[in-house]
Amino acid sequence: MSLSRRNFIKSVIAGGAVTSSVGYLFRSSGVLGQTSTTPGSVERLITLNVNGQMRRVDVLKQETLAMTLRYKLGLTGTKLGCDRAECGACSVLIDDVPHYSCSVLTHTVRGRNVVTIEGLASPTGQLHPVQQAVVDEQGFQCAFCLPGFVMAAVGFLKTNPTPTREELAHGISGNLCRCQDYDKILTSLMRGAEYMRRATT
Amino acid sequence: MPGKLVGRNYTPPDHVAKVTGRAKYAEDYRADGMLFTKLLLSPMPHARVRSIDTSAATAMPGVRAILTADDLPDLEGAERALTNEPVYAGEPILAVAAVDELTAAEAVERIQVDLEPLPFVTDAVESLRPNGPNARLEGNAWGAPAPGGQGPAAPAMRETVKWTDADFVAAGEGRLPTGKALEEWSYGDLDAGFAAAALVLDETFVVQSTGHHPMETRSAMAYWQNGKLFIHASTQSLAQTRNNIARWVGIEPSEVMLICEYTGGGFGSKGGGAVSMSIPALLSRKTNTPVMMRITREEESYIGRARTNLSGRARVGFAKDGRITAVDLFIVADTGAYGPLGDHRSAGLAASLIYQPPAMRWRAVNVITNTPPRSQQRSPGPMQANGIMEPVITKAAKQLGIDQVQMRRMNSPEGKADFGPANPNGRRNHVTSAFVKEALDRGATLFNWDERKTRTGKRQGSKIRGIGVAVGPHGAGSVGFDSILTIRPDGRLYVQSAVGNLGTHSVIDLARVAAEVLDVPWEKVEVVWGDTGKHLPWTCPSVGSQTTHAMTRANYAGAMDARRKLQEIAARDLGGAPGDYEIGGERVYRRGSPGRGLSYAQAARRAIELGGKYDGHELPEDINVMTRESASALTGLGLMGVAKDNHPRDGVTYSFVIGFAEVEVDVETGQATLVDFLAVGDVGTVINPRSLLAQIKGGSCLGIAHALFQKSIVDPRYGVTLGDRFHYSKPLSILDIPATMRAEALDIADPETPVGARGVGEPPVGAGYGAVLNAIADAVGEDVFRRAPVTADIILMSLENGRRMHEPLRTHV
Repeated sequence: MSLSRRNFIKSVIAGGAVTSSVGYLFRSSGVLGQTSTTPGSVERLITLNVNGQMRRVDVLKQETLAMTLRYKLGLTGTKLGCDRAECGACSVLIDDVPHYSCSVLTHTVRGRNVVTIEGLASPTGQLHPVQQAVVDEQGFQCAFCLPGFVMAAVGFLKTNPTPTREELAHGISGNLCRCQDYDKILTSLMRGAEYMRRATT
Repeated sequence: MPGKLVGRNYTPPDHVAKVTGRAKYAEDYRADGMLFTKLLLSPMPHARVRSIDTSAATAMPGVRAILTADDLPDLEGAERALTNEPVYAGEPILAVAAVDELTAAEAVERIQVDLEPLPFVTDAVESLRPNGPNARLEGNAWGAPAPGGQGPAAPAMRETVKWTDADFVAAGEGRLPTGKALEEWSYGDLDAGFAAAALVLDETFVVQSTGHHPMETRSAMAYWQNGKLFIHASTQSLAQTRNNIARWVGIEPSEVMLICEYTGGGFGSKGGGAVSMSIPALLSRKTNTPVMMRITREEESYIGRARTNLSGRARVGFAKDGRITAVDLFIVADTGAYGPLGDHRSAGLAASLIYQPPAMRWRAVNVITNTPPRSQQRSPGPMQANGIMEPVITKAAKQLGIDQVQMRRMNSPEGKADFGPANPNGRRNHVTSAFVKEALDRGATLFNWDERKTRTGKRQGSKIRGIGVAVGPHGAGSVGFDSILTIRPDGRLYVQSAVGNLGTHSVIDLARVAAEVLDVPWEKVEVVWGDTGKHLPWTCPSVGSQTTHAMTRANYAGAMDARRKLQEIAARDLGGAPGDYEIGGERVYRRGSPGRGLSYAQAARRAIELGGKYDGHELPEDINVMTRESASALTGLGLMGVAKDNHPRDGVTYSFVIGFAEVEVDVETGQATLVDFLAVGDVGTVINPRSLLAQIKGGSCLGIAHALFQKSIVDPRYGVTLGDRFHYSKPLSILDIPATMRAEALDIADPETPVGARGVGEPPVGAGYGAVLNAIADAVGEDVFRRAPVTADIILMSLENGRRMHEPLRTHV
C-alpha cells in the first residue's frame, strides 16, 4: 500500500454534478437540500465494477472505498478495524491486488475491478477454494479479521500459488488478528492454496 | 465424557456465514433513517465540567440531539457512559446525533466545553508518595471489599493512602516500597519459612498495561419499537449484558432486545457489554430515530478497556533442593480511573497455587490513576503473577543449579492442591484437580527440553539462544447456570444458548454435550443464539474461562432432565417404570426390546399433549428469572429439558497450561525473537479439539506479545494516552511467532464435573508470558530486565552497561 498523504490530497479533485445521496454517512447536503455544513461534502455519481457488477453510486470526493462498500453498496463483509491502514480488516482486491479499502479513495477505482469477500463465491453459492479451506480447517475465531485475511491470501496466492508457510505468513502479514489465531489461520490458508492448485489442474 | 460428538472436531454452523461476509457484527446493521453519533472526549486527564455551550452545534442543520451526563440514569457512583467529571483523557463528556457522521463530527467541534482542570496522576506509585496527587476527589485507592468469601463483595470505598518518605528510603534503589497495604492475607509460618531457606531472593517486577483492542470496536446501533429497546451491540455474553443495558439506560431487563450474533473479540473488555452502549440507546429514545455509534480505533484506546498493570515485589525463600519455603508478595495495582478490579487478588491466589509455598503473605494496595479504565483482560491477575514471580524462580534455579523444569515440577500443585489463605471456616481452598506434573513431563518430552538445554546459552555470531518454561494457571469454571432445550415434533433438538459468539465456539460446543447425552445426531441439532428475543437461558459471562465448564454442566443437567422426561412419558404410555427405558437412536425404548418405544418426534408430541412439566408449563423452582421468562415463551413447543446446574463440586476449578519457549537474542541489536513455542494444557476433557488447541496457541500469543513488545503508554506530564493506535501499542503480528506453533492437551477429565471439561481461554496467557521472559533470561542473564515488555533497548542498554539500566518503577513507559 503506497498512498502518500500528498497524493491522497492531490487525488481529491473537485468537480461533477451534485446529486443527492442514497447513503447514510454524508447525507446532510443532499437530504436537507441546503449548503453543506461540512467542507467538501459534494457528491458525484460514478460507476464502479464491484464483484463483477456495474454499480452506480454517489460518492464524496474524499470518500474511502471501505465506506462506499459498507454504507452505500451494502457490502458489510468488508470490515473496518482501524480505518488507518494498520490492521488489514478492510482488505479487498483491486485488479487482483490486495488493498486496504480504508485507504483507497473510491473515485480512484473507477474502471478497475473490485472484489470483496462477498464476491469470492460463485453465483451459485459454491465457495472459493480458500473459503472452503477455512471452513474445513475451522480457521479463525471471532472472524472479524477473516474477510481481510482471506482477500489478502487470495491476492497473494495469485502471485505465488505454491508458498511455504513462511512465505504465506509474509503474504498476509499486513493483517492483524487479535484472537491471535495465526497458527490455525495459516494452516487453513495453506489448505486454501492446495485447494486452489487442485481447482486449476 | 468423550463420545460421538464430545472430543471430536466439527464445523460450527456459523462458519459459512463468516467466510462469505454474511456474518453480521454490530456495525453491519442498518435501520431506516438511521442517525449517527460522535463523541466529545475529554482532552484532560481530570477535570470538572463548568459549563457546556451547544448553541453553535444545535444551530447546525442536520444536528438532531445532544446527550450529556445529565441525561443518564444515576448509577450510584459507578462509571457512566458520559461524565461531568472526566477522570481520564479520552473519557466521553457528551454525544451528538446528526443525520450523518460528518455533521455530527463538525457539531462536536463547535461545542464549547469549559473545563476546570483538577489534579491528576498516571502512575500508581507516584500517587502513593507523601505528596502524590489523588486521581479522584474522594481518594486514591480502593479499600478492601467486605469480607465474606465467595459472595458478591460490598461496594469498595475510596480511601486515601500515602506512604512515608521512610517507606521509600527503606526500599532502596529500584525496589518497590512496601508501605501501608489496604488488603492482606497470610498462611503458614512465614518467618520459619525464610529462616529455613538456603537462598532468599527479593525482586521487583513491573507488569505493563495493555489495551484489549478487539478487532471489532464497541460500536452499537439502537432503535426503539413498541416501547422496547432494540440494540445491536458486541458482547461476550447476551445473558449478562441484557441486565446491564437495562440498568445503564434506566429500563427493565424485559424491555431490552439485545442482538449480537457475532462478536469481533472481547478478551474481557466486553464481558458484560460496554457502558457506552447506552449512548445510542438514549439518543435514539431522545430523537425517536435509530442511532448508529461507530467507535474508532482511537476511541477504543480510551474507552475500550486495558489490563490492570501490577507492580510487584516478591521475597521468596528456597531450600537447597529448590523447594520454596516462603513467599512474601506485595502488589501495587493500577486499576485506572474506574474500578475496583481484582487482578491483584487473583495474582496472589495464583502465586500461592502454582508455586505451592508452605507459608505465604500477600499484601496489596489497589490504586486509582487518571488513565483509561481497566477491565479483566484474558488472564487478569494470574498472568501478572507469572511476570512478578517467574524471574525470581528462574534466578533461584540458576543459583541453586537446578533444572528449570524440575524447579517448577517440584513446586507445582498436584491433585486437590490447597491454595490461598484460610477461609472463615479455617480451611483453605483447594482446586478440583491438577495434573501439572504430568503436563510438565509431557511438554519437556515434546520440546526435547534436556537436549535443547545443552545447545542454548552459547553465543553464535551476535546471537544467543535461550529456553524457558512457565506454568500458566487460571480459574476455569463456575457453576449454577441454566439450560433450556426442546425436542420438537420435527424430531430435532433445539438448544438455547445465551453465550456470546466471540470465536471460542463455546456458544455451540455446549449443545454438543446435550446432543451427546440425548444421542441426537449433530445434523438434527439447532443451536438458537444471538438474540435475547429468542428466549435464551441465564448463562455465565464468557470471561474467566468459565463457559465451557459452566455451560457444559448446565446443558448436561438440561439434557438429563429431558432424558428423564422421555423415560417418564414412555413408561406412562407403554407401561413399566421410567427406569425400564433407555434412549438411543433418537428413540426412548424398553430395555431389551428396542421395538417397544417412542421416537423423539412422537415423545415430543406426547409431551405437548401431556403439558405440565413435560412441555414447560411447569418449571423448576430454582431456575433464574431470565430462564423462567424464556422457558415460558417456549412452552408447548415440544418436550422441554430445563434445569439449573446443581451438580456438586468439591473445590475451585482451575486449568493449567505449560509454556515452553525458545528465543534468539541478538546482543548487537537487543532484538529478542521467538523461534519455537510449545504448550501443553491440563484443561480437563477436550470438547472441541481444534478449537481448544487454537485457544491454547492464541492465548499463548497474547502472553508472548506481553513479553516482547505490547504495551500502553500514557504521557505522565499531560496524562494523555500515546498508544492510541495499533502502530504504537504493538500487538502481535503473524511474523512475530514461528511459522508453526505446537500445542497439546492432556485430556484428563476433571473429577468434579459430569462432563470433565474445564475452561482454557486464559491459562495459556501466563504460560506464554512467563516462558518467553524466562527464555530471554536464559539467553542474556536473569538480571537484564525487571519489567515487561522486554524491548530491544532494555536488553541492549543492560548488556552494554553490564547492569540493569531501565527505570525500575515507572509504569506506562
